[in-house]
Amino acid sequence: MSHYAYFVAGALVLVGGFGIARSRNLVHATICLSIAQAGTYVLLMAVGYQTNAPAPVFGSTAKPTKQVVDPVVQSLCLTDIVVSATVTALLLALSIQIAKRHDTVDPDELVALQG
Amino acid sequence: MNFHSGAAQLAPLAIVIPIIAAAVLLSVGRWLPRTLIDVLATGTAAATVGLDAALFAHTAGGRVVTWASNWTPKHGHSVGIVLVADRVGSGAALLAGALMLCALVFSWRYFDSVEAHFHALMLLFLAGMTGFALTGDLFDMFVFFELMGAVAYALTGFKVEDPTSVQGALNFGIVNSFGAYLTLMGIGLIYAHTGQLGLAQIGQVLDRSPLDALVVIAFVLVVTGWLVKAAMVPFHFWLADAHAVAPTPVCVMFSGIMVELGVYGVFRVYWTTFSGILPPDDIRRALLVLGILTAVVGAVMCLMQRHLKRLLAYSTIAHVGLFICAAATLDDSGTAGAAVYVLGHAGAKSALFLLAGVILARYGSVDEATLHGKGRDAKATAVLFAVAGLALSGLPPFATSLGKAIGEDALLARGYWIGPVLFVAVSALTGGAVLRAGARIFLGLGPVPAEDQQQTSGDQEERETQSLPRMPATMMLAIVTLVAGCLVCGIYSPITHALGRGATRFVDHAGYAQQALFGRAAHSVALPTGIDWTTLGVALGLTSTVLALLVAALGLYAEKIRRAAERVLDPFAMVGSGLRRLHSGHVGDYITWVFIGVTALAALVGIPLRQ
Repeated sequence: MSHYAYFVAGALVLVGGFGIARSRNLVHATICLSIAQAGTYVLLMAVGYQTNAPAPVFGSTAKPTKQVVDPVVQSLCLTDIVVSATVTALLLALSIQIAKRHDTVDPDELVALQG
Repeated sequence: MNFHSGAAQLAPLAIVIPIIAAAVLLSVGRWLPRTLIDVLATGTAAATVGLDAALFAHTAGGRVVTWASNWTPKHGHSVGIVLVADRVGSGAALLAGALMLCALVFSWRYFDSVEAHFHALMLLFLAGMTGFALTGDLFDMFVFFELMGAVAYALTGFKVEDPTSVQGALNFGIVNSFGAYLTLMGIGLIYAHTGQLGLAQIGQVLDRSPLDALVVIAFVLVVTGWLVKAAMVPFHFWLADAHAVAPTPVCVMFSGIMVELGVYGVFRVYWTTFSGILPPDDIRRALLVLGILTAVVGAVMCLMQRHLKRLLAYSTIAHVGLFICAAATLDDSGTAGAAVYVLGHAGAKSALFLLAGVILARYGSVDEATLHGKGRDAKATAVLFAVAGLALSGLPPFATSLGKAIGEDALLARGYWIGPVLFVAVSALTGGAVLRAGARIFLGLGPVPAEDQQQTSGDQEERETQSLPRMPATMMLAIVTLVAGCLVCGIYSPITHALGRGATRFVDHAGYAQQALFGRAAHSVALPTGIDWTTLGVALGLTSTVLALLVAALGLYAEKIRRAAERVLDPFAMVGSGLRRLHSGHVGDYITWVFIGVTALAALVGIPLRQ
């Protein structure tokens, strides 16, 4: 388990980046960006994970003295998800607008900005 | 321990007030008349400038440390989140506020149909930049970075009906977000390694730990996001697209301060966290190589443009290369040079962008060829354009020239003779390109350039306002203020000296941690050497100005000479057109370049450390 999650995290970022580089559709590119970001979620979770430790909610099952998984990375991850939702929504809206103005969402056919 | 000074309230207020005003404008803005919206937004920006100025004044004696909700550290440990304002950080916040004020005053008569959400976005943008400049926490840097990023994408694509505008915004959004996620990976690795997120706390742990591959990888990943924002080659491709299409007041913020905050982020993180573990020679070499590359690519691309806003955008890339080179000396003089240069550049470049906006408003184009001789009647615009162009080319006594001179001096002191050569060449080429465009537009000099289908011309640029018969007073006020600011910062030495002392504190790794974590008072600092006008500095400034005029004249008249020279220098011309073709406007290409850039940076930093 220990290193597996880190490899998954790295692989997701690379696959996401590769997907954007090879993308023929802007909606596809935006989703690839989300996949790359999923790599950051996995990394943050892996950093805070402890085998056999419960969630960081203290109550009847978990006494305050018990070892729990790190809540800091979980809150980082939550912040990250909020950012992701905003950026993805914005990029999808821009893709719709590009489709309206250029009649295409293929980056290969967008030639308005060159040199 | 002293964490409870009155000034500690200033930093959070400077971030919160624009956010509250933006929320108010978003919720009730649709029922308010345009004048009231303008007054509210401009007033908020002015209030933020006031708070930043008070903060700047308080940082004379040391850093102003604010722990959120008074979670002050015990024995150097705290679970709280901290804002640490120093001279350079609060100076950057102050510059962002001042530029926002100018941009908003300029917008009074710009954007006739604009609604309150433009002003709300601008204020959120200001809050993001202020937070990024003032925070003392690595994850908060990421959050404010994303806040200013997301708002910036929206502002770039603000003219949603304009085809180029939405494409530029999408390229900007995808490339910057990807860079930010790499930064977040780096932050995750640093947290796994040190268990800390505060800049000073991470630095304390790293000071005592051995140098291993994880630290190097984490450093490379963290600075990648900042360098994408700073538009360092090869992360720079989004910048020209975004600048060319964003509304003019937004360009002012992008070129004047947002890009520079990327440079600030790199050196802030290096000095507070990594400078105790990563050897300075190694970092200096890596950043100088990429900085020089950035300056050269930016200057060459700038010279080849005819779209006025793209021309200015590439000039910004070239100047970012110079800022990185100056600060990469990794000493107080070089950092002071970069700070003064950023200040002067913000004045000159922002004025030029606003003038490009005025040209678009009056003649409906930003294409140098189409506008040939169109501006003969615009006397005031022409004079301001010439003055700002000369300031950009390094004419003393503008602050651009002073910053350039300090940077050259710092690089020479380190034995880099290439420093002055590079600074003079880049100033001459970018200044020359601006002056050439100005001479064509306002004086109608030289023949009309030939058409080139392969290039973004700027002739299709949508008007952002009604056709204006003459420049409105508010626009004139904003532009004159920016040019005058550039001049005053060059002449009035207390400003330079304040930044010089601030630079000494900025590079003080131990002092930062002592004050942020233990509340110890800062030592008084001496002025770094060579931060006043020198004969050599003035001479090099005049040299670059004369060379810029020469470059401009060559660009205008030497069509025949150039054709002959091009035949001789054919391989060089191929390099030029090849370089231009790399800037394809294709988001997939840009992401590929980000990967190449990360690999190059990792190799430059990592490989020498293996021996």
